[in-house]
Amino acid sequence: MSMLPLLLDRVCFAVNGKTIIDNISAEIADGPRTVILGPNGAGKSVLMRLCHGLFAPTSGSISWRGTNGGRRRHAMVFQRPVMLRRSALANVAYALKLAGVSPRERVLRARDVLEAVGLASVAERPARVLSGGEQQKLALARAWALGPEVLFLDEPTANLDPGATREVESLIGQIRAGGTKIVMTTHNLGQAKRLGDEILFLNQGRLVERTPVDQFFIKPASAEADAFIRGELLWN
Amino acid sequence: MNEIWVALSEAGRLIGGLDVKLTEIVFLSLRVSLTAVLVASALGLPLGAAIAVGRFPGRQALIVTLNALMGLPPVVVGLLVYLMLSRAGPLGQFGILFTPAAMVVAQTILILPIVAALSRQVIEDAWQEYREQLRSLGAGPLTSAVTLLWDTRFSLVTIVLAGFGRAAAEVGAVMIVGGNIDGVTRVMTTAIALETSKGDLPLALGLGIILITLVLALNAAAYWVKEAAQRRYG
Repeated sequence: MSMLPLLLDRVCFAVNGKTIIDNISAEIADGPRTVILGPNGAGKSVLMRLCHGLFAPTSGSISWRGTNGGRRRHAMVFQRPVMLRRSALANVAYALKLAGVSPRERVLRARDVLEAVGLASVAERPARVLSGGEQQKLALARAWALGPEVLFLDEPTANLDPGATREVESLIGQIRAGGTKIVMTTHNLGQAKRLGDEILFLNQGRLVERTPVDQFFIKPASAEADAFIRGELLWN
Repeated sequence: MNEIWVALSEAGRLIGGLDVKLTEIVFLSLRVSLTAVLVASALGLPLGAAIAVGRFPGRQALIVTLNALMGLPPVVVGLLVYLMLSRAGPLGQFGILFTPAAMVVAQTILILPIVAALSRQVIEDAWQEYREQLRSLGAGPLTSAVTLLWDTRFSLVTIVLAGFGRAAAEVGAVMIVGGNIDGVTRVMTTAIALETSKGDLPLALGLGIILITLVLALNAAAYWVKEAAQRRYG
């Protein structure tokens, strides 16, 4: 019983008359890891927030076409994780509390997930004094603990050094191996290659092309993607 | 100059000897102002959080009003509470005018806007940062407000202490609604005003020293709490 596919039907989003998402239609299905790729300002993060339900489309519709088990079964990790002023463990437990998990089970599940992401040793430490990499892993753990069917990741390694990036990427692989559908944005070609199965290429709010990852990097369908890959400036 | 030294040494003796009259006044001051700050915080902190997180018509007007009320002149608050509580007033039947209860009411009204307006500011700043994360986790407005109150607790301590400082140091409101009755409603500030005009400088000075020490200690505590928390929790 999957809530997927996610159907975007002629989705537009504008703020103060400025179009940010321009008529995007797509179906995001269970299975492949979906990477939303594009230059800064292409609308990647906004598209993801629309999918996650943080914004409502100005026009068009976004709908989960599968069987929805009542509760929202998708979670999101932000580029800059927001940690509450409490311990790492309590941050995970807080998310579980909002998801309606009983107090006893909250702590057990929080400990399990911290163990799984390698943060068991800092479980009792205040979350805000952890390093950037640890905080991002904690953000992933917090989202993962909810047992989401779909996990949205917005530039999950944009602020991290290479070592932390490697750890976060391997953690994403672990979450994916557990059966969670991954949808992530990035502007990093290497990361798209490593973590993606299919690429949704966005530019100036439009979905320019959608291509399997191996094909995308060898022979993209659009001139814009080709130019982006070759490192050309896209915004006029 | 000599007179001041005599008064100062006499004040020191009163404090050192835990003079009965002096301690009585100090304790009444603390009792009244602590109760007021407790009530004002119980009302003002949730109010501040609600205004920070909520979106409703008249919100901006309410914020402006609260900010303006932070500067309420104590004598005016005293006058208004006096009118409400006096025998002919709408709340006259309770007969609490010229009692510590009336002083608590007046000081609560005086510092409620301070607690509410400053906490609204602090919580709204945090809300900007937390908003998407909390919504993503499924927190509604009420849960968000409670979460933000807890997460900004160290800044809120400073605000509550500022409110207490204001209450303990004001003289106008308690003078009018308390009446400065010896042994009943005489607090530090009203006693200082009275003793000074009577020329009993040692008692006035002694109380002044205690009041300043108290305010200083409070500010030191507020600073220390915030610093320690920042280091510990980030």
